[in-house]
Amino acid sequence: MKISAWGRYPYISSEQVQLDNSSLWSEPFIVNGNLRSYGDAALSRKHLNTLKYNKFLNFDYISGLLTCDAGILLSEVIEVFLPRGFFPLVVPGTKLITIGGALACDIHGKNHHSYGCFSNSVDSFKLLLPNNQILFCNRNINTEYFHATCGGMGLTGIILEISFYLKKINSKWINQKSIKNKNLIETFDSFEYYNQIPYSVAWIDCLARKKNLGRSILMVGDFCNDGDLSFKQPKKLNVPFNFPSFILNSFSVKLFNNFYYRKFPAGVSENKVLYEDFFFPLDSIQNWNRIYGKNGFIQFQFILPKEVSFIGLESILNKISNSQLGSFLAVLKLYGKSNDNWLSFPIEGYSLALDFKMSSDLPNFIEKLTDEVIEFGGRIYLAKDALLKKEQFDISYEKGNEFREFRIKNQLHKYFSSLQSQRIGI
Amino acid sequence: MNNKPWISIFGANSDIAIEVARIYASNGYNLYLLSRNVSSLQRIKADLQIRFEVNVEIYHFDATDFKKNSEIYDILPTKPIGVIIAFGVMFDQKSTQDSIKLIELTVETNFLGSITILETIAKDFEARKEGFIVGISSVAGERGRQSNYIYGSTKGAFSIYLEGLRHRLYKSNVRVITVKPGFVNTKMTENLKLPFILTASPVYVAKKIFYAVEKNKKTVYIKSIWRYIMLTIKLIPDFLFNRTSL
Ligand SMILES: Cc1cc2nc3c(=O)[nH]c(=O)nc-3n(C[C@H](O)[C@H](O)[C@H](O)COP(=O)(O)OP(=O)(O)OC[C@H]3O[C@@H](n4cnc5c(N)ncnc54)[C@H](O)[C@@H]3O)c2cc1C
Ligand SMILES: NC(=O)c1ccc[n+]([C@@H]2O[C@H](COP(=O)([O-])OP(=O)(O)OC[C@H]3O[C@@H](n4cnc5c(N)ncnc54)[C@H](OP(=O)(O)O)[C@@H]3O)[C@@H](O)[C@H]2O)c1
Repeated sequence: MKISAWGRYPYISSEQVQLDNSSLWSEPFIVNGNLRSYGDAALSRKHLNTLKYNKFLNFDYISGLLTCDAGILLSEVIEVFLPRGFFPLVVPGTKLITIGGALACDIHGKNHHSYGCFSNSVDSFKLLLPNNQILFCNRNINTEYFHATCGGMGLTGIILEISFYLKKINSKWINQKSIKNKNLIETFDSFEYYNQIPYSVAWIDCLARKKNLGRSILMVGDFCNDGDLSFKQPKKLNVPFNFPSFILNSFSVKLFNNFYYRKFPAGVSENKVLYEDFFFPLDSIQNWNRIYGKNGFIQFQFILPKEVSFIGLESILNKISNSQLGSFLAVLKLYGKSNDNWLSFPIEGYSLALDFKMSSDLPNFIEKLTDEVIEFGGRIYLAKDALLKKEQFDISYEKGNEFREFRIKNQLHKYFSSLQSQRIGI
Repeated sequence: MNNKPWISIFGANSDIAIEVARIYASNGYNLYLLSRNVSSLQRIKADLQIRFEVNVEIYHFDATDFKKNSEIYDILPTKPIGVIIAFGVMFDQKSTQDSIKLIELTVETNFLGSITILETIAKDFEARKEGFIVGISSVAGERGRQSNYIYGSTKGAFSIYLEGLRHRLYKSNVRVITVKPGFVNTKMTENLKLPFILTASPVYVAKKIFYAVEKNKKTVYIKSIWRYIMLTIKLIPDFLFNRTSL
């Protein structure tokens, strides 16, 4: 079968293998969940899909500890537990990911600066190894496996079951403040000013130049306390086919102008929004990835250390707006301290994510941008990557080599392999 | 938990059955799950209880243990309002031809197993004058084909059995629904290459089953196009049919 992840680049033929099949370990493969990573981390000539492993196994109403199969979707967790007053501690920009994927990418949400990564909410997990041994891992037992697997991009074993905490909430509504910022300095000031609020994210206009460079809308918020937990299945629109490129341009300009920028009054405005619209605005448009056409796109997400975030972003944003290759909108986020996991992406600083429609010029351009990111001491998010070079990975992920050696020592490299792991040599 | 009626699923580890259980649980029904692999049933039970906050009880059940089949129904504390017969085995035709063991297993599970359990249930439903019985048969039972006739004939026999049972129970207000799936993506067909457009997901089959019970249907093909495919196959005259590789 032909598969791709969310960026629809690359597209490859891949054969599906099954967990209960005796020939499972005969050739290398990669595990995948709902293929909501963007690049090639979840792609390989053979893949094992986890979506059918979708059982809830235990829930403790007192502590909020949930145990489930790795193939359960975050959307199922929310559907079941939101009405009972619980919510995942970390959610990304889409709810359509598996819990296994959340752990393997050690995902972060709008609250990284206040809470940290998904692994921070994880108590323990079970990992299936090539000798069919099932390894129980937490911070004290099989510690190395724990830190290698959280963020380990599926390269250390098959995550079978995960126990992680949900937090108590008392509303499906979010009190949101939207702050309109005229330029990058204002944007940074607003992030720092509101850093006590648990959730924050900014939409940046990537076309703005000179004195408008970095103009944005920062949205910050937290759950209300009004006791309204009624759950309704959200409505969805669909993008039924691949868009020709001219539609893309007018589509995203309109999106930004009408929806995001003009809509907001100058200064600060407050309103109450549904958790769904606050955390997962893009989920309301099914298959929105098709707007980039059949060649797909790259989502470029990098992070820079705090000290250099401002000059670094200024310089990179300038290159992006000059190139005319990028999308109009980018997402800027503030991050707190890094954790002990070997390949976890976040470091304390700021990260920018934006889409580039795939074209023949793009790989070259991305390579240059990536070099610049790395010069500033930053790195690229592996969950979004399809183009990172081995040398670039080696410089920017300090524990990359430790990870590589751990794989060899435990013979994992013979069994788990993705296009990404081959490209960056881990 | 609640006082809603109970549904009893035989062969509850089947991928189709798991989705049927979810649909009934999401509508508030309590569930008896019966199958051979009890540790797998335990996981399904936990999942259903967490998702839907209904009562779930599990029992070990082997359809080929005919003597026990009548007793197992008597054990159930509250008698169910509906039963679903979901268990079944399908081995590759060539291997089955050459193995008495596989022939026995196919006939004993798919046909004898189903009948022995259903006769006990029919008696109870007939007396109570209520209830529904869903039997998952197959389009493979519509015409014997060289590629699959041993499995197919057990399903054909099962379909005829259900037809007769429906006839008998009609007067007693008990409904009997024959479900005829075409291809379904489950562990039974994991190693087969199935044509995408003719293949249903277990979730889809489950929805159709739930709907068929609600709407009082007698026979459902899933997907519905299979009704016409099988009609066509049945209409092919023998002299042509025998030359095909169907
Ligand atoms: C619209 C959108 C918004 C997003 N926003 C964010 C965000 O805000 N923050 C963020 O961090 N990410 C974000 N992401 C990325 C996404 O959260 C991650 O890529 C996530 O891992 C996807 O989960 P999945 O189930 O689709 O995994 P896949 O894409 O299928 O796989 C991702 C990786 O996880 C591994 N994996 C999956 N399951 C297992 C398992 N059971 N055992 C071992 N390895 C496994 C795979 O091998 C692969 O390396 C976003 C993605 C989209 C499409
Ligand atoms: N998949 C298809 O394409 C398709 C098409 C038409 C009809 N069907 C029919 O649909 C029904 C469900 O099948 P499925 O596709 O969901 O397959 P499945 O996932 O393989 O389920 C079949 C289940 O039958 C149970 N079973 C087998 N022998 C048993 C026995 N002696 N006693 C008790 N349980 C037994 C097994 O339970 P344990 O795990 O507990 O052993 C197994 O989980 C079957 O009757 C099948 O013939 C399937």
